[in-house]
Amino acid sequence: MIEAARFWAIVVLVVAGLFFTFVSAVGVIRLPDIYARAHTASQTDTLGAGLALAAVALALGWQQASVYTVLLLFFVFITNPTAAHAIARSAAETGIEPVTADSATDDGSPDSGTGAPDRNSSEPDAGSDVDGGETA
Amino acid sequence: MIPAGVSIEEIFLLAAALFVVLAIVMFYRAVAGPTTQDRLLAVNVLGTNTVVILALLAAGLDEPWFLDIALIYALLNFLMAVAISKFTVERGGVL
Repeated sequence: MIEAARFWAIVVLVVAGLFFTFVSAVGVIRLPDIYARAHTASQTDTLGAGLALAAVALALGWQQASVYTVLLLFFVFITNPTAAHAIARSAAETGIEPVTADSATDDGSPDSGTGAPDRNSSEPDAGSDVDGGETA
Repeated sequence: MIPAGVSIEEIFLLAAALFVVLAIVMFYRAVAGPTTQDRLLAVNVLGTNTVVILALLAAGLDEPWFLDIALIYALLNFLMAVAISKFTVERGGVL
């Protein structure tokens, strides 16, 4: 009985960790600028790593290795948001502009984050077409 | 109630394989990221993923010394992220 509960707890933790890491991967690939990516990297990736490490600690049981795993879990929980904050702050201090509602494209295409301002200014026709469609 | 023929070790190895697939997907941002900070963030996330993969392999293959490597990797990953983000702001200083 206890073994079955432990088994299913490990399965649930691993699947939840995989889900949150998948969300983090989608966010890192699809979100438009560095600040949004730093947001998803600091939150969902930390949670996914924490859940997967909790599953490992639960599977190892009472031994020295699970102490290492819990230590690793706390370390990831502290340092991962700190690193994402440092990266976002360095992006802000080097003058990278965030993508706002004014500069974003209307369809929200995924590659609009690759230098969003100059790409949008280089294609004024696409935006005006969309605007014309909305007013018609 | 444990399904027959499924062991915890196999679940951990399968999860490690899926984490490797997600890491390969995230590697796109490290290659194609337009700014230095994009690449740095992608490498940082990849490092966190690597730590998780090492921990899952430690449980799946029953090799507890993988956790030592994972701990060192987490420390160096954090140090790398902070050092490079400091370098991009104060270029030409100590770093």
